[in-house]
Amino acid sequence: MDSTAHNFKKNAAGALNDAQLQRALAHVPRGFVKKRADAADALPEFERLRDQGRDIKNHVLEHLDIYLEAFEEKVVEAGGYVHWATTAEEARNLVVRLCLDREAETVTKGKSMISEEIGLNAGLEKVGIEPVETDLGEYIIQLRGETPSHLIAPAVHLNKDQIEADFRRVHTELPEERNLHEPASLVHEAREILRDKYLDADVGITGANFLIAETGTSVIVTNEGNGDLTQILPKTHIVIASIEKVVPTLEDASTFVRLLARSATGQEISNYTTFSTGPKRRGDPDGPNEYHVVLLDNGRSSMLGTEFQDMLRCIRCGACLNHCPVYQAVGGHAYGWVYSGPMGSVLTPNLIGVDEAGHLPNASTFCGRCEEVCPMRIPLPRMMRNWREREFEKHLTPFTIRRGLGVWAWFAQRPKLYQRVTALASRLLKWRAGSKGRMKNVPLADGWVKYRDLPAPQGKTFQQMWKERGNV
Amino acid sequence: MSESKIKVGLFVTCLVDIFRPSVGFAAVKLLEDAGCTVEVPEMQTCCGQPAYNTGDRKTSKEIAEKTIRAFEPYEYVVAPSGSCAGMLKKHYPTLFGEGTGVQSRAIALADKTHELVSFLTDVLEVKGVDAQFGRCVTYHDSCSGLRELKVHKQPRKLLSSVAGLELREMSDANVCCGFGGTFCVKYPDISNDMLTKKMANIEASGADVLLAGDLGCLMNMAGKLKRDGSKIEVRHVAEVLAGETLLPSIGEGED
Repeated sequence: MDSTAHNFKKNAAGALNDAQLQRALAHVPRGFVKKRADAADALPEFERLRDQGRDIKNHVLEHLDIYLEAFEEKVVEAGGYVHWATTAEEARNLVVRLCLDREAETVTKGKSMISEEIGLNAGLEKVGIEPVETDLGEYIIQLRGETPSHLIAPAVHLNKDQIEADFRRVHTELPEERNLHEPASLVHEAREILRDKYLDADVGITGANFLIAETGTSVIVTNEGNGDLTQILPKTHIVIASIEKVVPTLEDASTFVRLLARSATGQEISNYTTFSTGPKRRGDPDGPNEYHVVLLDNGRSSMLGTEFQDMLRCIRCGACLNHCPVYQAVGGHAYGWVYSGPMGSVLTPNLIGVDEAGHLPNASTFCGRCEEVCPMRIPLPRMMRNWREREFEKHLTPFTIRRGLGVWAWFAQRPKLYQRVTALASRLLKWRAGSKGRMKNVPLADGWVKYRDLPAPQGKTFQQMWKERGNV
Repeated sequence: MSESKIKVGLFVTCLVDIFRPSVGFAAVKLLEDAGCTVEVPEMQTCCGQPAYNTGDRKTSKEIAEKTIRAFEPYEYVVAPSGSCAGMLKKHYPTLFGEGTGVQSRAIALADKTHELVSFLTDVLEVKGVDAQFGRCVTYHDSCSGLRELKVHKQPRKLLSSVAGLELREMSDANVCCGFGGTFCVKYPDISNDMLTKKMANIEASGADVLLAGDLGCLMNMAGKLKRDGSKIEVRHVAEVLAGETLLPSIGEGED
């Protein structure tokens, strides 16, 4: 996927002026935030589970090679195949090749962010294979030629009436006068259309929420059951997953399952949690004949041992997006690449470079809500700051900011001079404001006065007044 | 109180120093009323957050070292700001190498540093204040104070002891106002969107005074309220707790 992350400011301005988008985004804070809080409150051991989840992931990341090889061994034992891909391109070519070799014409797909990361749909279409998204949200944005704007709610940027218009535009075989006003009728229609696609598909592609090393199992969680039909009905099931998805045991996976839905949607558990181990065995009533896992690195292994290693604990629940006031303001597409919100602001520069995605870790007030709700206790603000440090070192920070900061820092380290300058500034600003107590225009403060007045100082600095009162 | 008075070094904060000294004097009054002697080291300037949050670690360390030295003589260090107190308490120790001498001095400073209102309630165990303010107020929880220092109940507790004061909670009091230091000038459009949502919640509370514990957030919100022609007064919580509410509110003139 091509990035427009370098255009974040422009993207954000567009998003803020998009009335449809703003209408859709208004649901995020009201829905997800409250549901997550209720779910967390209802489970006495929730905070302890978060610690446990963090500790398990930390352990895995310290021994990632061992768990990945153990996973591979078990997949092979169960009759499946594991393919290793260093780059996005390698992964895309691997999957396309597997589909071509099986003479696939149609592939169904469960929801997968890795598919977005490797640009899989475009890769398949290029060789004449039709990818069909089966997650309702993904299906809708595929109809619109869009990318997901949220980790777990890919079409959260859309309103019901927009979706209705899309269905009428694309499903021309259905009667025009049908009623599509209710959300349920949209779901029903998508389900009817997709039913045949499941049966036609030659290959089913899913992501994985977890890979279990002790059993060679891939796990997906869904609310629609679309993932099950995607992976069970076609002859070939391909799982695409990034390397940090591996967990040691089934018991560990259950810890994450308990954290994931509560953090994501406020459910105790998602409607479907599906464990797949190898292809169909003799005596199994259904299942694929072939089971493949494509393991993607794409820069993640180079995060190990750096200040960004903790980011690899992420389980893609979307809680940080839901709680982020910046995400709530601009939505996911403004971030310009696959991942958005606080997790994207940390991960994206790791995967596509800070030169391209440098805005993202800067577009945060460090309000800390993301870290507060992250089930894996990922220190997202700390890592955004780490990116700012790298940008500063690489001289990517804008010149005017560096210059201003330099002047300020020079004075800030010379207290006596600083106090003379601040006393002067305080007096000048007070004089400029006159009796109004605030200013509409202030030199060098365009960003501030664009939307707000600058309250005037009281006229003398605290230090001045403190001395005048006889204190030393 | 104990016979020997507690010696507090006041970290004024750069914004209070330049824009609203009355907050500093309110802090001094509250601390003295609670039995402390207050000193204001002349060698302080700013906590260094502008540099720290821009990624300039070298400057942050230099400023931190100067602050550490300036406050070494005091038993406690108190700031009328959750953000600046959080910088000293939570971030200074991470600036320096593990086990170095300067890091242990940073940790010593962190251990004795407190946000003003939480220092009054949690350390000095102040149960109430002798102040009167017959107004209806709403309180905004500034992010750093709330999440780094867990300041939430403390200001509400002390406000409940102010005679005549009625507290009306706004929705999403714990959601960022869009200030974020340099964020508000680097990303003014996004900041304004956050600020606009905050304004709606403040107005909807029905309060006629907005309080908070951080001058950065207060100036941001006051600047917007006044730009929009709102009559809502904006004050630092310390001014109300100290009963020093005669001066014009933030963004209002003397006329």
